[in-house]
Amino acid sequence: MRAVPFSYIARNLWVRRVTTLLTAGGMALVVYVFATVLMMSEGIRSTLVATGQSDNVMVLRKGAGAEINSAIGREQAAILSTLPGIATDGAGRPLVSAEPVVLINLPKRSNGKPSNVTVRGTSALGLQLRPGVKIVEGRMFRPGTSEIVVGRATALGFVGIDLGATLRFAGREWLIVGRYDSGRSGFDSEVWGDAEQMLQAFRRNAYSIMVFRLADPSLFDGIRARIEDDPRLALEAKPEIRFYAEQSEALATFINILGLSLAVIFSIGAVVGAMITMFAAVASRIGEIGTLRALGFRRGAVLTAFMAESLLLAALGGLVGLAAASGMQAVDVSTTNFQTFAELAFRFVMTPRIAVQAMVFALAMGVVGGFIPAWRAARLQIVDCLRAA
Amino acid sequence: MFLLKLLLKNAFRHKLRTGLTMVGLVVAICAFGLLRTIVDAWYAGVEGSSSTRLVVRSNISLTFPLPLNYAQRLRAVEGVQQVSWANWFGGVYITERNFFPQFAVDPVSYLALYPEYRIPDEQKLAFYRDRQGAIVGRKLADKFGWQIGDQIPLRGTIYPGTWTFTLRGIWDGADVKTDESQLLMHWGYINEVLRQRYKGRSDQVGVYIVGIDEPNNAAAVGQRVDKMFTNSLAETMTETEAAFQLSFVSMSEAILVAVQAVSLIIVVIIMAVMANTMTMTARERLAEYATLKALGFSPGFVVRLLFGESLLIAALGGVAGLLLTWPLAAVFRSAVGTLFPVFQVSGLTMALQLAAALGVGAVAAAWPAWRMSRIDIVAGLRHVG
Repeated sequence: MRAVPFSYIARNLWVRRVTTLLTAGGMALVVYVFATVLMMSEGIRSTLVATGQSDNVMVLRKGAGAEINSAIGREQAAILSTLPGIATDGAGRPLVSAEPVVLINLPKRSNGKPSNVTVRGTSALGLQLRPGVKIVEGRMFRPGTSEIVVGRATALGFVGIDLGATLRFAGREWLIVGRYDSGRSGFDSEVWGDAEQMLQAFRRNAYSIMVFRLADPSLFDGIRARIEDDPRLALEAKPEIRFYAEQSEALATFINILGLSLAVIFSIGAVVGAMITMFAAVASRIGEIGTLRALGFRRGAVLTAFMAESLLLAALGGLVGLAAASGMQAVDVSTTNFQTFAELAFRFVMTPRIAVQAMVFALAMGVVGGFIPAWRAARLQIVDCLRAA
Repeated sequence: MFLLKLLLKNAFRHKLRTGLTMVGLVVAICAFGLLRTIVDAWYAGVEGSSSTRLVVRSNISLTFPLPLNYAQRLRAVEGVQQVSWANWFGGVYITERNFFPQFAVDPVSYLALYPEYRIPDEQKLAFYRDRQGAIVGRKLADKFGWQIGDQIPLRGTIYPGTWTFTLRGIWDGADVKTDESQLLMHWGYINEVLRQRYKGRSDQVGVYIVGIDEPNNAAAVGQRVDKMFTNSLAETMTETEAAFQLSFVSMSEAILVAVQAVSLIIVVIIMAVMANTMTMTARERLAEYATLKALGFSPGFVVRLLFGESLLIAALGGVAGLLLTWPLAAVFRSAVGTLFPVFQVSGLTMALQLAAALGVGAVAAAWPAWRMSRIDIVAGLRHVG
C-alpha cells in the first residue's frame, strides 16, 4: 500500500498558516502548563533532596515530623553524642551537631509582607556535616557571638539582608557577616548562627534536632534501634535524605494534583481546537481526497495522512510549549512549604522524563483530536467526493 | 430581527464546528470560574473574620508562645472588652492526609468571642463540663461521620503522645463564610498534662484573641498592646483578625499567583480556538461576503455579521459554562472536604465569567472581520470556497 507523501501533509499545514498557528498555539499553552507544573514539583523535590547528605542521620522527637516541632533536651543530646557508630573528625570529636531551629518573620522583597524564615543555630561541627555549604561573600560567623550568615535565597528574597547590616530578633541585634551558597538546597532559604547564642536569645533549654554522621552507612539500622528503644530518649532517627525528601512530599503532591487536573481540563479545550481544525481540513479538501482515492491511495493511506497531519500539528504545539517551559528554568520561585511552615526557594527543573511526558501528552491530544476527522475522511465514497468538488 | 435570524442561521450552519467550539467554551468558562473560586476560598478566612477581633502574637514569629499572665494585662488595656486565647494543637487524626485545624482554647471566653459558631446550649454546657471534651464544626463532623459522644484520638506533633477527646458538640456556622472545619478542645486540660510531663512548656499561649468595642479603634488598641509589652521578654505583634488571616494567605502567594495566571491562560487558549473557528468561517464565506458587498451592503454590515455571530456563540457557550459551574463547584466542594472551609461561587466570579466569554467572542472576530471588510469584491467573487 502506498502512503501519501509527507510533503503533501506538511504543506497542507503551511497553506492554512493562521489556523495552524492558532491550533498549535492552543496546544502549546496546554503543554506549557503541563510541563511547568511537573517542573515545579520536580524543583521542590530536588531542592529538598539535595539538602540531605547520604551518610547523615537526623534525630527528632518522636512524632514531630518537622524540625520546628521537635525538641531534644541537653541530657538527651549528651546521650546521643556518645552513641557508638558515629564518625569522628580529625581531632577525634564525634561529628554531631545539636541545633535549635526556629522561625522568625522577615518582610519579603516582592511584596513587603512578612514571611517565615528558618533560623538555625549550628557549630563548626554542623558546618563539617554539610560540606555543600560554601561562603561566597564575607566570612563565617564566629562562635560565641551574635553574628549570623544568610543563605543565597534568603539574601535575594527578603528586605534588609545585606552584608554588614543587622537583623533584630529575639531581643538582640544580629550582625550579618557572610552569605553562603549551598548549591540550591533547602539551606539556601535559611539564616545560620551560633547554636548556644540562639538558645540564650530565644530562651530555650532544648535543641530542636540533632544531626550526626555515620562512621559506616551500614550501621544505620543498629543505631536507629538503639535510639528508638531507649526510654530516656523518646526520639526517632531517619536518614537525612529521607527526612528532607518527606518534607517536600505534601507541597509537591499538592502542586502535582492541582496542576495535572488543570492540564487535563485545558487539554479538552485544545483537543476541541484540533478537532475543529482537522474537520475543516477534511471538509475543504473533499475533492482532493476523492482524487487521491481515485489515483489509487487506499482508505488506510488517507486515514494515515490526516492522522499524520494532526500529529504534526500537535508535535509543533508540543515543541513550542516545551521550549517556553524550558525558559522557566531561569525563574526562581519562593513560597511557604506548609509542611515546615517556612519559606522555601526553588527553581523549575526540566528533566528528560518531563520532556518526554509533555511530548507524549501533546501527541495524545493530536491523536484524540485528529482521529474522528481522519476516520471520516477515510470513509468518504470516491464518487461523492469527486462530485462535491 | 432579520439580522438576528441571519446570525443564528449563520452560527449553526456548521453544527459540528459550532458545537465543538461551544464545548470548548463551556469547559474554559467553567474552569475559569472554578479556579477563581479556589482563589476566593483561599481568602475565605479573611472574609470570615470579624472587625472587632484582634489577634496578639509573639513578634518573633507565630511559633513562639506568649506567657499566660498576659491575659490579665490585656484585659486592663483601654478599649479591650474580652480576652481569650488559643494554641495550635497540630494533631494527626489517623493519617496526615486527614488534616484539619485543631485549637486548644479557653472554652467560655473563646465561644463568647465567636458568636458565629452556633451551638445548642446543652451541648455547649456538656463541653464546658468535660475537660477532655471537644467540639467540631458541622462540615468536619460530616466528613468523618462523627456523632456526639464519639472518641477522637489525635496523635500530637507539637504535644507528644496520643490524646483522646470526647465529642461533646457540633456547631453550625451563622453564614456560609463561617469556618466549620475546626476542632476545639480545652486549653486547661492540655496545660495540666504539660505541667505534669514537661515542666517548662506549661502556661504558654499561642495567640491571644482580643474583642474590642469599636472596629475603628482597632489600630489604636493594637498599638497600646504592643507598646505595653515592648522590651519585655515576649514582645507582641497585634493585628486585626483579617490581617492575621491574610498573613497566611500571603505565604502561599506564589501558588495563588500561579493559579490566577493559569485561569487567564485558559481564556487565552479558548480565544485561540474561537479565533480559529471564526477565521475558518470567514474564509469559507468569502464569496458570500463579496456578494453582499456587491449587492450594496456596506463593509460595516459584514463586520457586524461576523462580530454578531462570534458574540452569539460566545454568549451561548458562556451562559452554559456559567450554569454548569454551580453543580461542578458542589462536586468539587464535597471532593476536597475540609481542605477549603468555605467554597462558594461569588457574584463577581460569575460576572467575570460572562465578561471573559464575551471578550473571547469579540477578540476572536476582530481579525477576520477586519479582513472581510477590506476584501476586493472581484477577488472575493472569483474565490471558490
